[in-house]
Amino acid sequence: MSGTLVLFTFLAIVAVASALLMVTRLNPITSAIYLVLNFISLAGLYLTLKAQFLAVIQIMVYAGAIMVLVLFVIMLLNLEDERALYDHIPWSKYLMFVLGAAFIVEMITITGLAGAPVISTMSPEAANIGTVEYIGMALYNSYLLPFEMTSILLLSAMIGAIVLAKKRFP
Amino acid sequence: MLSINYYLILSAVLFTIGVVGVLTRRNAILIFMCIELMLNSVNLTLVAFSAYLGSVEGQVLVFFVMAVAAAEAAVGLAIVLALFRNHVTVNLDEINILKW
Repeated sequence: MSGTLVLFTFLAIVAVASALLMVTRLNPITSAIYLVLNFISLAGLYLTLKAQFLAVIQIMVYAGAIMVLVLFVIMLLNLEDERALYDHIPWSKYLMFVLGAAFIVEMITITGLAGAPVISTMSPEAANIGTVEYIGMALYNSYLLPFEMTSILLLSAMIGAIVLAKKRFP
Repeated sequence: MLSINYYLILSAVLFTIGVVGVLTRRNAILIFMCIELMLNSVNLTLVAFSAYLGSVEGQVLVFFVMAVAAAEAAVGLAIVLALFRNHVTVNLDEINILKW
């Protein structure tokens, strides 16, 4: 087994396990902490794909900014544990597992195992592409307009959040 | 060297966990976090294709997805706060004011 495969297997197991724990815990704060673990393992997977810039951004934006915001709101609302997941519709549990299994089989068939053309080696340019320099050149040359639109989107989201969370409208 | 299918299958598994979470949980904040999980699994697919096909577009798209996710987090959590102020619950089974 090569070192990359060992690293990938470890990170994939951490990612799937933390995602499963996130979905099944009843306490929202525990779920949020497991989601942070999931984001960190995904940042490690980005590093195995030689995307350094996105790995750093993943930690800073997702694990840093977004999850801190979520934790703030959870603690502000002072939520108690959810009631047990399936207490009022008992058959929905089995239906959910059947649908989940069907969905996963379908996605795996589409994406991998069923004789689709396989891209087996990483592109030799991959190590260049992930750098800040390369992505910055792409963002500020070919994608300048979408980049500036993103700033307008963030500004309007900020104004919208302030207006929505205000106590009463004037 | 790993083939790209490992990444695609992992991404499919994570996406399915996110879908199951959205379908089973009734806490609005948890559903929100499951949506973030689904966005992240799609990001993993985009980065994998970007690295294996040698093109920067996938990573640029992931950058924009992260910006949209940040905006979505701000607005979504503000909506949850407003909802909690009016109904004192975030359980989606009890919030049915738009139901006919």
